[in-house]
Amino acid sequence: MRYLDKTVVGLSIVFVALVFADFFMAEWMRFIGLQSLARGAVALGLLVLWRTGLVSFGHALYFGFGAYAAAMLTLIGYHDAFLLVFAGTLSAGVLAFFLGFLLRRYRAIFFALLNMAFSMILYGVIVKTEELGSTDGFSVLTPTFLGYAPEGEAVQTTLFLFTLCFTYIITVGVHLYMKTTLGSMSMAVRENEIRVEYLGYSAEKVIHVKYVFSGLVAGFGGAIMALAVGQVDPDSMANWNVSGEFVFITILSGIGNVGATFIGAFVFELIRTYAFEYAPQIWQFILGGSLLAIIMFLPDGIWSLFSRFRKSEG
Amino acid sequence: MQELIVILVDGLVFSSYLFMVAVGLTVIFGVMKILNVTHGSFYAFGAYMSATLIGAYYETDWPEFGGFLAIFAAALIIGVFFGIVLERGLLRFLYHRDEHIIVLATFAMFLVLEDVLMMIWGTDPYYAYEPMALLGIVDIAELTFDVYSLTLIGLAAIVGLGLWLGLTKTKWGKLLLAVIFDREISQAMGINVTVVFTVTFVIGAIMGALGGAYIAPTISVSPGIGVEVIVLAFAVVVIGGMGSIPGAMIGAVLVGVSRAAAVHKFPEIELFVIYAIMALVLAIRPEGLFAPAQARKI
Amino acid sequence: MTVVLEVRDLQKTFGAVVAAKDINVTVNEHEIIGIIGANGAGKTTFVNMVTGYLKPTSGHIEFAGRNIMGLPPRTITKLGISRSFQVPQVFASESVFDNLMMAYAISEETGMGLLSPLYNDERAARVDGHLGRYQIAEYRNATASTLPQGVRKLLDIAMAAVSNPTILMLDEPTSGISVEEKFGLMDIIMEALHQDKTTVLFIEHDMEIVERYVSRVLAFYQGEVICDAPTAEALIDPGVREFVIGEEYHRTRTEIAANNGGEADNA
Repeated sequence: MRYLDKTVVGLSIVFVALVFADFFMAEWMRFIGLQSLARGAVALGLLVLWRTGLVSFGHALYFGFGAYAAAMLTLIGYHDAFLLVFAGTLSAGVLAFFLGFLLRRYRAIFFALLNMAFSMILYGVIVKTEELGSTDGFSVLTPTFLGYAPEGEAVQTTLFLFTLCFTYIITVGVHLYMKTTLGSMSMAVRENEIRVEYLGYSAEKVIHVKYVFSGLVAGFGGAIMALAVGQVDPDSMANWNVSGEFVFITILSGIGNVGATFIGAFVFELIRTYAFEYAPQIWQFILGGSLLAIIMFLPDGIWSLFSRFRKSEG
Repeated sequence: MQELIVILVDGLVFSSYLFMVAVGLTVIFGVMKILNVTHGSFYAFGAYMSATLIGAYYETDWPEFGGFLAIFAAALIIGVFFGIVLERGLLRFLYHRDEHIIVLATFAMFLVLEDVLMMIWGTDPYYAYEPMALLGIVDIAELTFDVYSLTLIGLAAIVGLGLWLGLTKTKWGKLLLAVIFDREISQAMGINVTVVFTVTFVIGAIMGALGGAYIAPTISVSPGIGVEVIVLAFAVVVIGGMGSIPGAMIGAVLVGVSRAAAVHKFPEIELFVIYAIMALVLAIRPEGLFAPAQARKI
Repeated sequence: MTVVLEVRDLQKTFGAVVAAKDINVTVNEHEIIGIIGANGAGKTTFVNMVTGYLKPTSGHIEFAGRNIMGLPPRTITKLGISRSFQVPQVFASESVFDNLMMAYAISEETGMGLLSPLYNDERAARVDGHLGRYQIAEYRNATASTLPQGVRKLLDIAMAAVSNPTILMLDEPTSGISVEEKFGLMDIIMEALHQDKTTVLFIEHDMEIVERYVSRVLAFYQGEVICDAPTAEALIDPGVREFVIGEEYHRTRTEIAANNGGEADNA
């Protein structure tokens, strides 16, 4: 490497800082952090899709699928976090791979809505399945980590560390991937599919790759969320408003930088936590109001604040 | 045989209901190319307003049938008010933005309005059964149906026919079709696209509110009815082809009858039979059944 | 002369409309062919069919000894037939340089190579060379959507040419370009393509351009090829004059008249 990538350096510094902070953080803070990482991972997948010109209103499908896949394994006696998260990630990825053959033919609003339709099918299936606790869901027991079985606060500390490591790898991976030919083809497909085809590559194939990736990370996020909360239920894992929240985070973060996604997720988690604490009746009002405010006044998301700041400096 | 009749009648009533809520959505999409999530709020506000006005009307000793006027008044008040406020106050600032952003803005507005609704009417359900009780019941082939629900079929037919005639036979309708076909050229030819947009949005909003207002006497008007409707209406509109009125009709019948069949034969799949149809139709015809033609690209 | 493209009995119907009928064309290596015809005569349909954008109803298309009918554009491009567009198809919000980087990367990378970084110095050098050949180096960092029409056309054609295709089909390279600029633009394109020894077929409405740059003309009328002949011959063909050139092309008409007069004098 002739020069160091600024984003990779930044992510690494934050990663190391958070690893240390993990041992001193207040419990509620760590919980918010865990949820931010889980949701941020889903938003990272949406960011990749968005750069390809596609928006999904249904990624709760993969989030919920990953969460339930991991949680169901605990029902049959598996408790290792590595296995659970791997299973959640992979199963969502496989689902995305198969649905991808259909979805890659759609663009714009059709793509967005068809995703929503599929996510509502999953929601319907979960709600109707008594074995999975129907609308109440079921609890997920405390995971072990390759034989290590933490207790008390150590559970969350270990889970946070575990999540942090994987999220760091995924995020740096996505950032580097964006600079490859296949990664950059997001731009090409978004801007002009006809040209891509006439340069000799399949735009649908590009979309399919991005879609499977978004499914994988959404499944990862879901599995982490299931372990973090210790509970899965359809309304907070698979319903349509969950998908809406992911899109909200993507809008809030902007698509300028992979790191911003997690800042956006964290801000979202803060708003959510405080709104639920102090004004639960107007939570949707606050969420909708801030979404409108971002759309009107901060069209490129939080990240544009940083770049604006940098520009005025330079 | 009896079961078949039940499925058919229930299906048609449900189809009419779906058509009522979907048609406003498809009209707005057809003209403005905006997928309006706020449509769910129009429906919910229409239902609440209708329940309130019906309640107030039957407090008086005016003629009983006048209660129906309250329904239409509610739809007009809600549709005109929200239509104008939203289009002039929000959407017009977003026309130059990406279509996803506009959908998200309407989604955001929908969330806001959901809570506004509860601030105004609270969380307790409202009932306004008087108009339904007034029309009584009727027996068809030894089965009992309530007449009010059956009138929904008539209303849907009138609305559908009215919109179709309005679009194809009137000067205004022709202007609309011109705008649908090519916004820039219509503008260049002197059509006031701004006014066309506002009027279209208000008409769509009235349709959404009317759906809620008319259905109010048959349901318990409670929080969350907007969500259910917007999801259903999307499915119908996507199946029929976005922007197509005949498409919305066929989509509504397809979904309505299939759901009625599912409710009677396989109640456990009721919830996702609609999405299964939607996925199936889209897999075969990506643009929906009656999608308007696309211009040549290269 | 080697035959590179052979089209036999090509048909295309849209419902009752016949967009292409009995098209038989043989293209030799290094030929420069002009495709002329009124709007709706089937010129773009022909290009769309050969490049795989439209599937012909029936017929046979053979390229370099291989049947390419029914293949998608991406496969046909990989085999060696590229095209440019009447409305330039570029990555509008990106710079000219990035447009060409992307074009080179897509046409050069396959398999695991797709996961290597898009940017490398060698590729950047190739892009800069290409920018020089198409004389758009001064617009290197300009965003494609802000380019003047002529430059955008050049970029579109330059992108089509990155893979060094055997055949390049240009759909109206000079449409939307002012009369003064047309020849300059065509000189750049033809010089670059001549260096690459590319076989060129281009759709053109301006008969002066046709006369100057092509050796052979295909004239389309109502979906059929009504004339396939060397340029000079084709431009005086009665069918071509009636159905394609019409009354607008005064210069040739007077020249023909002069020529005929001259012959008469000699006799």
